[in-house]
Amino acid sequence: MKALRKYLDRIKPNFEPGGKLHAFRSVFDGFETFLFTPRTTSRSGVHIHDSIDSKRTMIIVVLALVPCLLFGMYNAGYQHWLAIGATEFPFWELVAYGCLAILPTLVTAYAVGLGIEFIVAQWRGEEIQEGFLVSGMLIPLICPIETPVWMIAVATAFAVIFAKEVFGGTGYNIFNVALITRAFLFFAYPAQMSGDNVFISTEPICGLGGTVADGFTGATPLGQIASTTTGNLSITGINGSEISTLDAFIGLIPGSFGETSTLCILIGAAILLFSGIASWRIILSVFAGGALMAWIANTFATPTYPASMLSPIDQLLYGGFAFAAVFMATDPVTGARTNIGKYIYGFLIGVFAILIRTYNTGYPEGAMLAVLLMNAFAPLIDYFVVQANIRRRMRRLTHK
Amino acid sequence: MAEKINNKKVFFNPFSKDNPVIVQVLGICSCLAVTAKLEPAIVMGISVIAVLVFSNVIISLIRNTIPTNIRIIVQLVVVAGLVVIVDQLLKAYAYDVSKQLSVFIGLIITNCILMGRLEAFAMSNKPWPSFLDGIGNGIGYTIILVIVAFFRELLGSGTLLGYQVIPQSFYDVGYVNNGLMILPPMALIVVACIIWVHRIYNKDLQED
Repeated sequence: MKALRKYLDRIKPNFEPGGKLHAFRSVFDGFETFLFTPRTTSRSGVHIHDSIDSKRTMIIVVLALVPCLLFGMYNAGYQHWLAIGATEFPFWELVAYGCLAILPTLVTAYAVGLGIEFIVAQWRGEEIQEGFLVSGMLIPLICPIETPVWMIAVATAFAVIFAKEVFGGTGYNIFNVALITRAFLFFAYPAQMSGDNVFISTEPICGLGGTVADGFTGATPLGQIASTTTGNLSITGINGSEISTLDAFIGLIPGSFGETSTLCILIGAAILLFSGIASWRIILSVFAGGALMAWIANTFATPTYPASMLSPIDQLLYGGFAFAAVFMATDPVTGARTNIGKYIYGFLIGVFAILIRTYNTGYPEGAMLAVLLMNAFAPLIDYFVVQANIRRRMRRLTHK
Repeated sequence: MAEKINNKKVFFNPFSKDNPVIVQVLGICSCLAVTAKLEPAIVMGISVIAVLVFSNVIISLIRNTIPTNIRIIVQLVVVAGLVVIVDQLLKAYAYDVSKQLSVFIGLIITNCILMGRLEAFAMSNKPWPSFLDGIGNGIGYTIILVIVAFFRELLGSGTLLGYQVIPQSFYDVGYVNNGLMILPPMALIVVACIIWVHRIYNKDLQED
């Protein structure tokens, strides 16, 4: 650590005004504050002292995502081994396979996103913002594992430029950047983002794994339900065995890379809630809204909308609902800020997610669209909450 | 109008500095609807030029006899008549394109550019400047339409005017057409990009 500090101090003059690498000062600054707590403090005004800054916040969110990432690696391997018809599941080989399968996507998302952020920061002469640390982690987790890397690159570039930088960069974006990436992929390349064969990796990687038998289908539970026509719900895994509620909770089912395991998402939620970064109001109300809507749908279940026949518990466990509730809806930048607003915002996300999922069979997963929709309405909700508060206090004032 | 009308300016300003789409932000609706392919966009552009020129000239000719109270109705009648003529001509000579454009030819009547030019220019100017103004604004509108349609057709379908432009070898390697480009929202983003580039070169148009 000391050697690193010394090295940074030695090269620092190059980046100060007049130094030869002055143009890259924000890059240097970004790395320095990433590695060490800044020594300078503000000299004027009133400040709230807190040991946490946005870099530390972001890192904690990334840590909270690690269980999902690790489980996703294992699950990717596990699903592949199932698809090739294996009977033994060597743990480390599964993890290594999953790790190799996701690595290109992860690296691409970070390289493209951070690259654009660095360039924009240099161009505007601003400090580098660290908002992409989380987005770059979220993007691989919410995409199908077979998404081609160049699509990830295009979508990430689109999202970072049009959903974030044009609004002014980190902290000013209206929509969640990772979800914009996902939405772009979903609408631009529908064939690569849904269907039977994108959620399972089918090729051997570096000698690991094997070739998949012909005619295999790896549809996600929600995908299978959406295409049910008989009114008879049977959700099966790749090897044909039935998927139970417990399987869905643990997460050994086909799905987007990191969002299958509700268990790991809950571990992440615990980290976020314990550190006070995510709002428990939002998480709670998303689940409440989802449960209510799922219950209503289930009460009026019809074979026309097969998803309405799912029990409320299954609705909350399948697909990206839990992931969206914990990691997407709680984004402090794009969510509602007032406490009452958070309840409304979260509740409506839950309702809309299940509503879209159930009654629009074209979109088997509604959580993404629900969060984006409510992102757009969050400022309006806040506005009305604040106005209501002002009115209430005005009334108290004038009554005296 | 007291100030002297500069015919050159009247004709050339709408191309860039006073473009109806990217500066005045009019006619956005049809810009989203007809630009998924290049061919309908060009036909739409020509139709709008025709309607705009004739209605501008007609309104300018009768501008002194139109009672002020009912001027909007008179303008609408003129535009509606011209739109019907254009629609019938397209149906007669370019049936396929007219099918693609469907209601949007009829909806030229609601295009803000038309009413805007009639109200703002033709009502208070002589026929010749009005004629130039009509052509200028029509071309300004068409330029943007063609640029947007070019990118949307190229990236969304891999074709231009119906001809395959992106070679098959690209698709073999794994390139896929961008389906979002076909959807109307992307037209807005392409228009936004054009405005972005345009503002970089026209600093006086930048708002704070």
